[in-house]
Amino acid sequence: MSEQKTLLEVKGLQVAYGGIQAVKGIDLEIKQGELVALIGANGAGKTTTLKTLVGMVKPAAGTIIYNGEDSTRIPVHHYVSRGLAMVPEGRGIFPRLTVEENLWMGAYYRNDKAEILMDLERVYGLFPRLKERYKQLAGTLSGGEQQMVAMGRAILSRPKLLLLDEPSMGLAPIIVQKIFEIIRQIASEGVTMLLVEQNAKLALKTANRGYVMESGRITYADSADALLANEKVQHAYLGE
Amino acid sequence: MDIFIQQLINGLVVGSIYALIALGYTMVYGILQLINFAHGEIVMMGAMITISAVSILSGSGVNLPGPLLVVAGLLVSIPITMLLGFTIERVAYRPLRKAPRLAPLITAIGISIVLQQVAVLIWKNNPRSFPDLLPHASHDFMGAVITDLQILIVVLALVVMGGLLIMVEKTKLGRAMRAVSMNQSVASLMGVNINYVISMTFVIGSALGAVAGVMVGANYGLAYPTMGFMIGLKAFTAAVLGGIGNLAGAVAGGLLLGIIESVGAGYLGPITGGVLGSHYQDIFAFMVLILVLVFRPSGLLGERVAERA
Repeated sequence: MSEQKTLLEVKGLQVAYGGIQAVKGIDLEIKQGELVALIGANGAGKTTTLKTLVGMVKPAAGTIIYNGEDSTRIPVHHYVSRGLAMVPEGRGIFPRLTVEENLWMGAYYRNDKAEILMDLERVYGLFPRLKERYKQLAGTLSGGEQQMVAMGRAILSRPKLLLLDEPSMGLAPIIVQKIFEIIRQIASEGVTMLLVEQNAKLALKTANRGYVMESGRITYADSADALLANEKVQHAYLGE
Repeated sequence: MDIFIQQLINGLVVGSIYALIALGYTMVYGILQLINFAHGEIVMMGAMITISAVSILSGSGVNLPGPLLVVAGLLVSIPITMLLGFTIERVAYRPLRKAPRLAPLITAIGISIVLQQVAVLIWKNNPRSFPDLLPHASHDFMGAVITDLQILIVVLALVVMGGLLIMVEKTKLGRAMRAVSMNQSVASLMGVNINYVISMTFVIGSALGAVAGVMVGANYGLAYPTMGFMIGLKAFTAAVLGGIGNLAGAVAGGLLLGIIESVGAGYLGPITGGVLGSHYQDIFAFMVLILVLVFRPSGLLGERVAERA
């Protein structure tokens, strides 16, 4: 893994929301092809970190080098064409667009219609349920189906780095299994991923490496197996 | 003459104009949750600029058939109102995008007054007669009278509205507009430039407003700098009636309001034994507004698909 190219490098990142410092100077590094988990309690700053990586929140300090370029000062809508996609917390589907229109929104910045149609078929292959419901308004789908729409939409942007914010939130265990199968499959196709999860055990079992975040700071950074074996991590986050 | 059919026809004509204007309100509301009270003044500007352009053209010896002269006038007024709509959003609303919602609302009223007063400065506060350039031969229709002009207004309004609905439903820009109206931050994640979409919403709404302004002028035979207030308020009522934020609702609300108002006015005299004449027709529009706000605040088509967590 070590000889692989660094895709994302975050140094000394600090983010403040109206006087409250949500992220207090963190370092992250993600190499091409890795699946990295970011775990931690509610309010630890995980979602804020992800939002900062895609420009939805501007950092107070620190640098974010993505694909060799400083990306802290570019407008939000330019990130996706650089290969950064996010599946936001709560899925963020467009409820009154159809399933297919939602998916097309993922390819909004692209103009290669033939390729988009191919990717669309690929997404329908991953999520046959979406194909059955392609004309249905996305707001009428179940939570799991909405998560599929959000992930399919992200795939349609052809990401190099995919950020997933709480993909298991509010879903039945069987759907969570299905979603994580897809996550592994996307990873095996070479997409680099940063996965934020409350379900720390599942996240670490899926990931290569992990970071543990606590009150705006990174407290542990290690391989996923080492974190799973770490007694303190087990005690605090894995319910053991 | 059949009063009911006649008032139905008149109502359909006025209603299709309301619908065009209501679309401008509802598009902006759908995306910004802002009532753009300056939209009525855009309508007025469309009418006044067209009249001026036509009179300058015909004064300078351009010899075109009447309808083409009006089209030429529109070719002048539409770009100017589009630019106005663009500028208003840029200057007056964009800086307040993150302010409490009352701030841009008050600004909208301010802009509306500014535009009205600018119009008074340019054209003086007198009605201008709309040049008699469009065909208005009358035809007998089921015991009532319908003119070429009325047919033209309704058909043109339907064509423009149909074009808008197709744009919103079928094009990439339209899809982006709908996405932005549902979730701005996620739309920007998808690569949508929110400011561009918002600007386009104002630009398109203003173009529709200009067309509607010319229809108002042609239908009543006159236009004046303060006309935007009442017509704007009526169209806003139509948008609320249909369910503000909903495009089909704006069309339905506009047509319905025009018909309610005209049919109501037609019978107001007989009902009240001549105490109230048809010039009280405005009370119908605002009674409708009050009833909708009391009994169905979301409007006729305003029901939204619930967003599940």
